[in-house]
Amino acid sequence: MSDFFTVALLTAILRSATPLVLAAMGGILSERSGVINIALEGMMLTGAFFAVAGTHWTGSPWLGAAIGVGAASVAAMIHAFWCITLRGNQIVAGTAINLIAAGLTAFLIQLIWDRAGATDSVEQLPDLFGTVNVLVFAALVIVPLVHFYLFRTKQGLHTMASGESPQAAESVGIDVTRNRYLAVVASGALAGMGGAYLSIGNLSYFTLDMTAGRGFIALAAVIFGGWTPFGAAGAALLFGAAQAIQIEAQATSGFPISADLLVALPYLLTLIAVTGLIRKSNGPAGLGQHANAH
Amino acid sequence: MTIRPGSAFVNAVGSVVAVLVALLIGAVVIVISGQDPWEAYRSLAEGALGSRRGRAETLVYAAPLILGGLAFAVAARAGMFNVGIEGQLVIGGFAAALVGATDWGLPSAIHIPLAVLVAAIAGGVWGFIPGVLKAATGAHEVITTIMLNYLAFRLIIYSIQRRSDWLPVDDSVQGTERVLDTARLPIVLDATRLHAGVAIAFVAAFTIWFVLFHTTFGYKVRTVGLSEGAARYGGIRWGMTIAIAMALAGALAGLAGAGESLGLHGRHSAVPPGLGFTAIAVGLVGRNHPIGVIFSGLLFGLLSAGALTMQAEADVSRDIVLVLQGLVILAVAAFEAMNRLPWFRGLGTPKTPSGGDRASDTGMAPEIESRPAPPAI
Repeated sequence: MSDFFTVALLTAILRSATPLVLAAMGGILSERSGVINIALEGMMLTGAFFAVAGTHWTGSPWLGAAIGVGAASVAAMIHAFWCITLRGNQIVAGTAINLIAAGLTAFLIQLIWDRAGATDSVEQLPDLFGTVNVLVFAALVIVPLVHFYLFRTKQGLHTMASGESPQAAESVGIDVTRNRYLAVVASGALAGMGGAYLSIGNLSYFTLDMTAGRGFIALAAVIFGGWTPFGAAGAALLFGAAQAIQIEAQATSGFPISADLLVALPYLLTLIAVTGLIRKSNGPAGLGQHANAH
Repeated sequence: MTIRPGSAFVNAVGSVVAVLVALLIGAVVIVISGQDPWEAYRSLAEGALGSRRGRAETLVYAAPLILGGLAFAVAARAGMFNVGIEGQLVIGGFAAALVGATDWGLPSAIHIPLAVLVAAIAGGVWGFIPGVLKAATGAHEVITTIMLNYLAFRLIIYSIQRRSDWLPVDDSVQGTERVLDTARLPIVLDATRLHAGVAIAFVAAFTIWFVLFHTTFGYKVRTVGLSEGAARYGGIRWGMTIAIAMALAGALAGLAGAGESLGLHGRHSAVPPGLGFTAIAVGLVGRNHPIGVIFSGLLFGLLSAGALTMQAEADVSRDIVLVLQGLVILAVAAFEAMNRLPWFRGLGTPKTPSGGDRASDTGMAPEIESRPAPPAI
């Protein structure tokens, strides 16, 4: 047991938490502005695919990551257009984005690499200090940045006002539409970065449905973390740790915690959290509401 | 027939236009990818409708989508957004396969109904949980159903990998053991995969239509979906009604799973089929009306059944079908947005102040938009 919690395990935890942290920060921005984002999953998948495709086209993983982030932002732009401008149902739009992302990435693998299931290998983003990928550090930096942005800048406070009470925000001259667009597109960019980490940070290729529900776990982390950046990052670390320890636990005989329980942990904890049994769980009051009712 | 927003006629036209727009955008995607969209859609239609086997396949693919679409529609009529169809479906399918694979020496006449019933109960329980949680604590059903989806997947994987000591599961195939012949839904058309479960879907659709529009319970469900406040004022118990509606929705999804396990595959496999999200599209396109769900289920079944032929003949990847499904949802949502535009609203003068059935008007219940503070999502 004593040599179970090693540096290797710590890096494994960071590795599985990084995509969750990045997507969760995106989820916070979107939800704080008042737009429900169950499309995080699709945006991550889009980012993961186009990061590989971009690297394949340009030969540079940096440009590839930028293309992945850009593509996920485009997906987010579609989500924003349907949710904000068309005032459509935000969960309906999110479901559509997820379906299209799953279909389009599968379709494009076939088209670009002429085979099903997985792409060829491309160059990875570099590691720093030996084994820790550069995007892991990016995730660590982005959490305080999102916190600072939301709670310490005018723009961030306006974003939160748009999410708490769109009508009140509108009446004091805050451009709710603009703030929400910005927040949703930023959420796409962050989710896309999380996806890019999965495909060209942690691995060097894209496989079908490689996000495997991480977008939903990130959403769970947002809720479990009480819609605050540090809370959500903590939840994402906890959920990532559950994943990483579960993999180790399966290899370690006589490990005290059931590996099956560990994989179910994020879902169980979130289920309990939203019922308010642990503590009152309150999202932005204006979530899902439109600025001017008619 | 009135041409006013929210009427059945306008909804039906809207769905048809939405599908056509999605097909058009899909065609653009196919052109960009350097293939012939006409040839793609032609081979798709031929694969799904051009032969006896193709038509049977369309029905086979449509069956779980119709039941899943009903699971979405029933919940939506009660004001609940059921994202948990996938979980309810796999739990139902898994339960049906467990009963079906267990040898109690039962005759078919008992074994099949028993397995189907257990599937409906299992799915019903999985739907009841988010309903009760919403009623008792206000926990948002979108979050709870998403979490319950993954808990269903994990529970099934756990059962298959760890509980082979007392369950009929087989870790080597990542699924249950084969369903016994006494529990298999019979094939109703020779040399095809058309099984009796398809009939369950159609019977269920007409039953749900009757329940929703011709029983007191259906009236309560629709009232609750339109306005929680009005329902309470009218003496309808809101919490009880949404919990039962969600249980009914889960049971329908469970039946879809039973058809897949007992009819189509003959076992339940741990890999989630992904039918639950397509079922949301089916419900939306069918405007949460059971008869509309039959038509949209058949349409989506046709797309899935013809996709392989399209891939073989026109060399267009069958994954384009998923993209089409997503585009249809977006197009329906866009049509809803148009429904709200002043000039379109002015087309006909509403006969009733309520402006018709709002649960189908918005593609789902109005609740998420109109209730002041959703507790958590």
